[in-house]
Amino acid sequence: MNALAALLKRDLAHFLPGTRSGGTLLPLLFFLAVAMLYPFAIGPNPTLLAATGGGVIWVGALLAAILPLDRLLAADVQQGFFDQWALRGISEEVVVAIRLLAHWLSFGPFLMVAALPASALVGIDGETLHTVELGLLAGTPGLAAIGVIIAAITVGLRGNAALSGLLVIPLAVPILIFGAGALSTGGEGGLALTAAISLLLVAITPFAGGAAIRAARES
Amino acid sequence: MEACRLSAKDIACRRGERLLFASLSLKLESGEALQIAGPNGMGKSSLIRILAGLLRPFNGTVEREGMAALLDEKPALDEYLPLGRALAFWDSIDREPAPLDRLGLADLVDVPVRYLSTGQRKRAAIARMIGQQAPIWLLDEPLNGLDRDAVSMTEELVADHCQAGGIAVIASHQAFDLQGMRTMKLEEFAL
Repeated sequence: MNALAALLKRDLAHFLPGTRSGGTLLPLLFFLAVAMLYPFAIGPNPTLLAATGGGVIWVGALLAAILPLDRLLAADVQQGFFDQWALRGISEEVVVAIRLLAHWLSFGPFLMVAALPASALVGIDGETLHTVELGLLAGTPGLAAIGVIIAAITVGLRGNAALSGLLVIPLAVPILIFGAGALSTGGEGGLALTAAISLLLVAITPFAGGAAIRAARES
Repeated sequence: MEACRLSAKDIACRRGERLLFASLSLKLESGEALQIAGPNGMGKSSLIRILAGLLRPFNGTVEREGMAALLDEKPALDEYLPLGRALAFWDSIDREPAPLDRLGLADLVDVPVRYLSTGQRKRAAIARMIGQQAPIWLLDEPLNGLDRDAVSMTEELVADHCQAGGIAVIASHQAFDLQGMRTMKLEEFAL
């Protein structure tokens, strides 16, 4: 229990925005930048913006979730942290589960807050914003889980940042379809499916990630 | 110190397409030390990782009784943190403070790990390993980058560890001065 608390504390110190050299703030600024640029690109047409703005927020959220992937696990593997944890009987699965929690905490809630100014920038109304926020709450754990799995799979590869970004995108398509799809139908069905996908991904992440990190040791 | 034992039977190690060594067996009881000697590329580090249980041997089995501590070229300390806080993370997991004074690190606690020299990093890693309180020490090139004083200090620490009933396996191409230590030449098991 002691060790788990120490791990979570270290992970949060690494990943929460503003705790380390400000690098972790970048995904949020990136997200807001997407929302800000979109009206410039599409033109000041309120109906068009309001109809498509929710989807843009989703795409921005997906891209923002990709940004921190390269330093999510690779540094700890290279510096021998995972070896030392394994020797102490702390399994890779436990470390990955804690890392997933810390990763989500470092961007999920902040993204939901940043969606408020972003919604003003793309001009969507209160009801749509409500659906977007609920969708983000249901979908960001899944995005975090995909990110952790991909980061674990690409852990042994040099220059893995661009590759992991590319690998995340197809896996994130279901979350995007149901999460952003809930906007047009306005129904709870899409949100429920998004949450179900997230739950499944969160459940398999520790095992997939742990196995990937162990496999990287053998190479 | 708790009872410990380390034995390996009929170990073979393959890296890529190459079989590095085979039919290697060893047995260490409490208080014993073994140096694994041999030129670079013979598989010393791989053998250490096999003994640690981090690498699966191509053939053979390893049995360990007691926790193993590993010292290799990766210090496992957060680069941007001051040394004191980087070691404090391991203290909180091992529940035992790393012995900073004994390794001459007391003046460096406020220095970020990334500014430490190779030798200072090595000493910090040794402090982390001692803090783990493991009976089996697996040392991969422990003397790399250490100056003469630090070398004799490390030899002294390993001697104390074995005196207290611990096991030490030292993979090194350099001479390691330790009384009663056996030497195993890895090239004898090469193919």
